[in-house]
Amino acid sequence: MNWKSCLLALAASFTLALPVFAKDIKLAVTTSFHNSGLSDVLLPAIKEDLDLTVKLLVVGTGQALRLGQAGDVDAILVHSRQAEEAFLAAGYGTHRREIMYNDFVLIGPKDDPAGIQHAANATEALQKIAQSKQKFVSRGDDSGTHKKERALWKAADLADVSGQSWYRAAGAGMGATLNTASGMNAYVMADRASWLNFGNKGDLALLFAGDPVLFNQYAFIPVNPELHPHVKTALVEKLENWLTGAHAEQLISSYKINGELLFTFNAKP
Amino acid sequence: MKCWGFCRMNEITQGLYEAARLIFSLDSDLLEIVGLSLRVTLTAVVIASAIGLPLGAWLVINRFRFRRATIAVMNALMGLPPVVVGLLVYMLLSRSGPFGVLDLLFTPTAMIIAQVIIILPLIASISHQTIRDLWAEYHDLLISLGASRRQRIMALLWDGRRALLTAMLAGFGRGIGEVGAIMIVGGNIDHSTRVLTTAISLETGKGNFAFAMGLGFVLIGLAVAVNLLIHTLSRTERASVW
Amino acid sequence: MLQTRLAPADSILPLTLTGAVAKVYGKTIAGPIDLQVTGHGTTIVLGPNGSGKTTLLRLMHGLQRVRKGSVTWALPDTQARLRQSYVFQSPIMMRRRVADSIAYPLILRGMPRKQARAKAIEWAQEFGLGAALDRPAPVLSGGEKQKLSLARALISGPDILFLDEPCANLDGRATREIETLLARAQAGGTRIVMSTHDMGQARRLASEVVFMLGGKVHETGPAQDFFNGPKTPQAVAFINGDIVE
Ligand SMILES: Nc1ncnc2c1ncn2[C@@H]1O[C@H](COP(=O)(O)OP(=O)(O)OP(=O)(O)O)[C@@H](O)[C@H]1O
Ligand SMILES: [Mg+2]
Repeated sequence: MNWKSCLLALAASFTLALPVFAKDIKLAVTTSFHNSGLSDVLLPAIKEDLDLTVKLLVVGTGQALRLGQAGDVDAILVHSRQAEEAFLAAGYGTHRREIMYNDFVLIGPKDDPAGIQHAANATEALQKIAQSKQKFVSRGDDSGTHKKERALWKAADLADVSGQSWYRAAGAGMGATLNTASGMNAYVMADRASWLNFGNKGDLALLFAGDPVLFNQYAFIPVNPELHPHVKTALVEKLENWLTGAHAEQLISSYKINGELLFTFNAKP
Repeated sequence: MKCWGFCRMNEITQGLYEAARLIFSLDSDLLEIVGLSLRVTLTAVVIASAIGLPLGAWLVINRFRFRRATIAVMNALMGLPPVVVGLLVYMLLSRSGPFGVLDLLFTPTAMIIAQVIIILPLIASISHQTIRDLWAEYHDLLISLGASRRQRIMALLWDGRRALLTAMLAGFGRGIGEVGAIMIVGGNIDHSTRVLTTAISLETGKGNFAFAMGLGFVLIGLAVAVNLLIHTLSRTERASVW
Repeated sequence: MLQTRLAPADSILPLTLTGAVAKVYGKTIAGPIDLQVTGHGTTIVLGPNGSGKTTLLRLMHGLQRVRKGSVTWALPDTQARLRQSYVFQSPIMMRRRVADSIAYPLILRGMPRKQARAKAIEWAQEFGLGAALDRPAPVLSGGEKQKLSLARALISGPDILFLDEPCANLDGRATREIETLLARAQAGGTRIVMSTHDMGQARRLASEVVFMLGGKVHETGPAQDFFNGPKTPQAVAFINGDIVE
């Protein structure tokens, strides 16, 4: 009988409650933001300055918006302007506060068979990929990055790429999509942070960047307390003030990976 | 620099190295993650067993109208995709869902609930099959001795305990390696709801294959350790007959 | 000597079968049977293979549904249930140690575990299983298994004990041992109803005989009368060891 009581004792010890944090807040962020590693710098500083624990839910833009809509998080930090505005229009959030931007980059095989390296702008780069029918891996998951990519194809008069055999929709997150591209040695669009932090580059290289249409604006949206009275509005406000304040600016503006700056702080006071 | 095969082998070796480094440095984050993995899955196994084992036995000794249908549904639920369970539990526990006021979403409790739902059909089905065989053997004796329904269930569970342990360990295996459901209902929040599988998924997403592999090896080691521990405690290998 | 009958003051006997019929999937396999089991002694159920001996015992013990007619005890069924025991032709061994197996009927009747085990050990020793107390029951030899079955059946002190060919697979010595134990149980006041193929055993133990044929009671009466002056030609043939249809 002893093994049974052992098991029960073991189980009992595990069910004991974890310490509850006095002040915490749930923030849904996109995978690309988290992949940048910036949160590892910001969260400890927030904890120190505000004594506030930010619990990050790292999800896709779509899921982040759904979590905010349902009131399962207190605020969201995403980068898909149109979706954000729809979210606000539906009354799920109180307002939209721009914090910072980074940019999207085009990645591809080192030898660049499509020759996008010297394209004049993003439109031309995409057209070259299409013309040479080089493999291109898309997120294909309706995320902020995917929405941006579709908009770019559309701008390049190539709205129907999804039917092409060289166009592969991965239906996955940024990391998984980069893994796929790396495996297929294909072109792919990614946010710069994800790319720099990505550990499985294989034969891929950053080939094109810098066109202003590739800028990727992050915005902070508090969940509407009228719909969800339980959201911690006061703490959200504190967090918003901090994210748009001087300490955040200093940390964001000096955050580098491999010596490269990632984000441009552009919050208006 | 094409290096398929070799590079990957290298990453597996690196994974082993990472696993060793994590374990021997007693990395505090790792301990936290492992602790939560064990806590969530073991609790879920205990709860699912407390329901599933008697349920399996009950289904064996009772004849009722929808018995066959119940068993069929239970067997089918064994193959339930964890993501579906996760989504279901999410919608129930969401602030906008029926149990939103309990504020359980993104907590270990929510993960335990999801895992109980995932593990329960497995434990109930395996125990049902095990106990059905034992019942065929014991039926006449237990009726003859005048055992009550409750006493019959107790006798079957107790005498079938070693086989039932296998059912529990199968449940543990399914739970400890599960990622789809706990990712959705737990949220993979650092220092709060991050477990081995969600951490692996996260690191894979970042392309940190070696580190992800390292965590994978830790997971395998953990599963083996738990199985060994339980088998040793229950002396399964030593009693040759049952 | 161990007490094989616990409640001698009253009894669940007599047992009365009135037009009792057993069916399997709508097909009658035995009956209708009219029979009464009263008083003391040993009833031996005889008959060729497939004549319904096992079915009769199971009907009486409540393991076989009575589809027509009735099987009644002197006391209500709930009481009768716990005051009768059955030894199966092929022993059913629980996956427990010998002592725990013998103690099990007592535990079912609410006796504290420790007390039940102590009593079971006493019984095991009396039944020649003293050396096997901590052995798993399923590893016992055929003879030991039957002795365990018998101890387990008698420890609860039943008013009546059914046995279905308990010595079918045993050698002469083991058979003798079982018979001695049965004789003691009978002396202790336990009514015995047992089927057997062994005519010698039947003659040694029987005080009454029920001769089954084709699922029905073909002939019944005191043992002496049956063996010395069988009334039907089938019974004569059976006693002589001839084939009976
Ligand atoms: N579950 C069952 N399904 C179908 N037929 C059955 C079933 N149980 C018993 N029978 C039939 O009922 C008849 C009587 O069987 P029973 O076992 O009572 O015979 P028996 O006298 O004990 O025979 P034996 O000496 O071989 O043990 C047999 O013809 C048997 O085939
Ligand atoms: Mg028989």
